[in-house]
Amino acid sequence: MSSQANFTHAEAAEQFIADEPRTDWHDDTLWFVREKRDKAAHSLPEWEQLRQWASDIKYHGLSNMHQLLVDFEKNAIANGIQVHWAVDGKEHNEIIYKIIQDNQVQRIVKSKSMLTEECHLNEFLTEKGVEIVDTDLGERIVQFRKETPSHIVLPAIHLKKQDVSETFHEHLGTEKGNNDPQYLTEAARGHLRDKFIASELAITGVNFAVAETGGFVVCTNEGNADMGAHAAKIHIACMGFEKIIPKAEHLGVFLRLLARSATGQPITTYSSHFSKPRAGQQMHIVIVDNGRSRQLGRESFRNSLKCIRCAACFNTCPVYRRSGGHSYHTAVAGPIGSILNPNLDMQANKDLPFASTLCGSCSNVCPVKINIHEQLYLWRQEITKEGMAAKGKTFAMWGMSEVLAHPAIYRMAGKMGRWVVKHLPFLTNNGMNPWFKQREMPEAPKESFRDWYLNNKQK
Amino acid sequence: MKIGLFIPCYIDQFYPAVGVASLELLEKLGCDVSFPLNQTCCGQPMANSGFEAMSKGCDKNFVNNFKGFDYIVAPSGSCVLHIKEHLHDEDNPKAADEIRSRVYELTEFLVDILKVTSLQASFPFKVGLHTSCHGQRGLHLASMSELVAPAFSKPETLLNMVKGIEVTRPKRVDECCGFGGTFCVFEEAVSVKMGKDRIGEHQDNDVEYITGVDTSCLMHLEGILKRQGSKIKTIHIAEILNSQL
Repeated sequence: MSSQANFTHAEAAEQFIADEPRTDWHDDTLWFVREKRDKAAHSLPEWEQLRQWASDIKYHGLSNMHQLLVDFEKNAIANGIQVHWAVDGKEHNEIIYKIIQDNQVQRIVKSKSMLTEECHLNEFLTEKGVEIVDTDLGERIVQFRKETPSHIVLPAIHLKKQDVSETFHEHLGTEKGNNDPQYLTEAARGHLRDKFIASELAITGVNFAVAETGGFVVCTNEGNADMGAHAAKIHIACMGFEKIIPKAEHLGVFLRLLARSATGQPITTYSSHFSKPRAGQQMHIVIVDNGRSRQLGRESFRNSLKCIRCAACFNTCPVYRRSGGHSYHTAVAGPIGSILNPNLDMQANKDLPFASTLCGSCSNVCPVKINIHEQLYLWRQEITKEGMAAKGKTFAMWGMSEVLAHPAIYRMAGKMGRWVVKHLPFLTNNGMNPWFKQREMPEAPKESFRDWYLNNKQK
Repeated sequence: MKIGLFIPCYIDQFYPAVGVASLELLEKLGCDVSFPLNQTCCGQPMANSGFEAMSKGCDKNFVNNFKGFDYIVAPSGSCVLHIKEHLHDEDNPKAADEIRSRVYELTEFLVDILKVTSLQASFPFKVGLHTSCHGQRGLHLASMSELVAPAFSKPETLLNMVKGIEVTRPKRVDECCGFGGTFCVFEEAVSVKMGKDRIGEHQDNDVEYITGVDTSCLMHLEGILKRQGSKIKTIHIAEILNSQL
């Protein structure tokens, strides 16, 4: 379901950074969230143990996925939930559309679900003439602006309150130029309350689906999933199959990690457990594959499916903070997106594993211990193996590898290189050299270390 | 104890003083050091760009140069990490295995193997310590701000043995400088922005020098500092530990 963007991460990032004060603001805002996460983590002496447990439970889940899914389906059906299976995003969207048609409903609300973003549900339903209202405040803002979320936990983090004020003035009729967050939130609240009260069908995501109970948990800070699900006569919950955990007791590990990692809160304001439909309500679960079983089959990349979508890796990533979510041109941006999206469409996302310095901070904050930076390295190898690297880069790398494999050629090339930097600086200090654009070249010394060694140390 | 000195290619060509300082420092500490003359590169530039398959020639050359040493020591966390994680040689797998387990970054070697507790060095300047990612998060040269674990830093432990030095840390103690190998040219805008932000935090501390265990990070920061016309200089940690100012 991925489509080719007409820009690369590097190009979009350059555009983003062109507004440096705004980049600084974006960087500082997300760093503030990272610091909150650090405070929360450091307040629990058992933090690293919790991460290990979470990682192990998820690994167990991935290893026993077939059985857990069968158990979950059986228990969910016994609870009165209707279970649907979707092989890809298209089928996911069609299942939801069919439920809408069968029940002849028009007023639909949706709380945050990155899966529905991944499957492009909003576009699909809009094309069918069905209006869907995103009820997460950040998502509602970007929906008004016909944008996509730039962050999986903080969808409108790329916007300032002035931007929100303009958007609300246009769509909700708020006072022009009134940037007071309290006033703007109040306006959104009133607007969304009307939508909740009128809604006939509510779509939510799923944070955790429990195999032994057939129930599921949805975490929000705004309570919008609850208001939707409790007001509407139909509740559809959408989940990628990796959301499954074996037992309810495992929630004690994940709920402690999720909000601390995401925002530094001890727990999400609402961690709502859904187990069966109330009288007169329909409850559906759509379980989606969309490339996940392919990823499960890739040994090097399988444990990317442990992800609980906390976005800690976004907030810590020095590249993400300075390039913004939209530069990743995918529903899930940031470091985790850069290892998930090549699986969905390698050609369209071949730039993403390179949008990293491999600093490794992402792997360190990950509450389920995904080795994100190592997988970025491994995706780079896959992408070049598939012949997707640019011809010029391939040629340059081949030339470099030949030089470095042959000591005599290396020494000659080094000497020539130093001579050029010294005597013909215009050959390196020009607009063709991306290093030189904002950086001086290193000074060329008279002799290499080896020359010095031969002259001074060789006995 | 025979030590093979590994001087990464760009240090050999552009920063020979770092190699000289590393060699002199090890010899001062009583080590028997040789510099194998046909060494080139660890192969990381190709491998990190996705062309691991093209680094085989480099790997083979590395094994030929460094087999048989008790320890291989290099003034670079990044190159050492690459050797540790990725060095292979189909024709000589045992030698490659041995090298991988015997290769050390300089400060790690000083602290963990030589167990250095004092140094005859003085450097009367205010120095900002840049924590390079591969040395820190890869080789565990220092504790990491993300993890809930006791704090330590091998480079800082050594710097604190230097007379007259004042060591400072930037506000974000271990954020990446943005060098990232070929990232620095293929993602030029982000790379430079990250570097400028690191420099800004060191400037806030009024440092005279920025130091670290990786010349690659320092080369990137130096390029930006010079373009800015800044008075702050970069210097490799080996040069400080070997300094008699």
